[in-house]
Amino acid sequence: MAKLVAHMRVIAGAVALAFMIAMSAPVLAQQPGMVNPTADAVKEQQLLQQLKTIQGRGTIPDVRSYVLEHPVGRNWQQFHSVTLRWIGGIAIVGMLALLVVFYLARGMVRLESGRSGRKIVRFNGFERLVHWMTATCFIILAITGLNVTFGRPLFASTVGSEAFTTWAEWAKYAHNYLSFPFTIGVVLIFLMWIGGNIPNAVDVEWFKRGGGIVGHDHPPAYRFNGGQKAIYWIVVLGGGAVAITGYMLMFPFYGTTIDTMQYAQMIHAVVAMLFVAAMLGHIYIGTIGMEGAFEAMGEGTVDVNWAKEHHRLWLEDEVARSPKGARTQPAE
Amino acid sequence: MARMKFLCDADRCIECNACVTACKNEHDVPWGINRRRVVTLNDGKPGERSVSMACMHCTDAPCAAVCPVNCFYTTADAVVLHSKDLCIGCGYCFYACPFGAPQYPKVGNFGSRGKMDKCTFCAGGPDADGSKEEFEKYGNNRLAEGKLPLCAEMCSTKSLLAGDGDVIAQIYKERVSKRGYGSGAWGWQTAYKESIAT
Repeated sequence: MAKLVAHMRVIAGAVALAFMIAMSAPVLAQQPGMVNPTADAVKEQQLLQQLKTIQGRGTIPDVRSYVLEHPVGRNWQQFHSVTLRWIGGIAIVGMLALLVVFYLARGMVRLESGRSGRKIVRFNGFERLVHWMTATCFIILAITGLNVTFGRPLFASTVGSEAFTTWAEWAKYAHNYLSFPFTIGVVLIFLMWIGGNIPNAVDVEWFKRGGGIVGHDHPPAYRFNGGQKAIYWIVVLGGGAVAITGYMLMFPFYGTTIDTMQYAQMIHAVVAMLFVAAMLGHIYIGTIGMEGAFEAMGEGTVDVNWAKEHHRLWLEDEVARSPKGARTQPAE
Repeated sequence: MARMKFLCDADRCIECNACVTACKNEHDVPWGINRRRVVTLNDGKPGERSVSMACMHCTDAPCAAVCPVNCFYTTADAVVLHSKDLCIGCGYCFYACPFGAPQYPKVGNFGSRGKMDKCTFCAGGPDADGSKEEFEKYGNNRLAEGKLPLCAEMCSTKSLLAGDGDVIAQIYKERVSKRGYGSGAWGWQTAYKESIAT
């Protein structure tokens, strides 16, 4: 009897085991197909679409190297190599062409009443010092800056890469270090001439009458006319913008990332191109564009007749302040 | 001539960083500069992947396009190299690079970054092949000796592949079809404007 029970146990055990194997066999067979190691894996395209950049974790101390991919560099390449060159080329060459055409059509704006021989102080020594410090820095900054965008296509192959790279390296240092006196100059210009440069109704009238440049009118103006106020604000706001973005580039990763540095460079370059174009107009009017204008910033004095024609309200104020014309002086 | 490319099979990379070490040792890369690095995505989570990344030697390389002094050149093998004699350390290549490859020996305040350094695909630079000057500036020129980049040569899992783009693409395709999965050729779309159909 006990033998039979033992037999039964073995049979039952065998049946149970066979059943278990039979049940588990399909599971084993299915396993390779059921495991997909990439089911949860990160996908490059998905990450790029979500974040525009792929960042992870690394083991070297340089945390910036944990950015794996940052394809917007391609967009910046397009901006720098194509867009910026068009913007700069059109702004600067366009302005030069405009000035040449204007000069040929209009010529120098003459002093219609001739020279009186009496002079009035227009800019004192400090004002002229600040102006010329800023202007000198601006010209060097403009040339060295334009070299970054246009130097390579225009000159690199002509002068040879060795010579060009020597010049470009000096240009880079000049650009970086002259930014400091330039920025000081912009701040001083802002403070020293803000008083005369708040736009008012006289400027609206001045612009309506063509500023005396278009046509032969002489709309009245205080110390600074509408056009000069425009130049003032271009210098203050444009100069401020190029200074801020320039320093962002000069001190990499101080609160910036590659992205913000790309934007800083784009703003810096576009504002600078337009700034250069505007300054070409300023230089034109201050030199060959208008008789008697250069001496205002050159010697600091202008002819009284020049002041009468171009800044009548300012001359009246000056004369009223010193009835005997203390600030005017006869020419030697 | 072959079109040289890198391909990191992320499903094989075990983040051992041997490629990083091999590169530094082979070329005497200065402190603080890593021409190659391994980045781990989704670290510690399901689906974690590591990718070894360096200069990808792009088609229409952004660094070369934006360089103001034209110090970059592309070799007959389509390797993007640069001249440290011409580099002025302006930083433009490093704004443009999609892979963070250009690095500088100094922090870079006041524009004093020094000469840019990056992966050369073990192909040296413009100085004479195998010369002392070439080694000091760019490291060993293994390509001139008929050898492929060391990072890929010594990769223990053969995750990192370097060589003729068509050949390594074929190897990768075969792997993917055999094992049934692949997370793609990282960076290829950005660098070469094409990817590998698997």
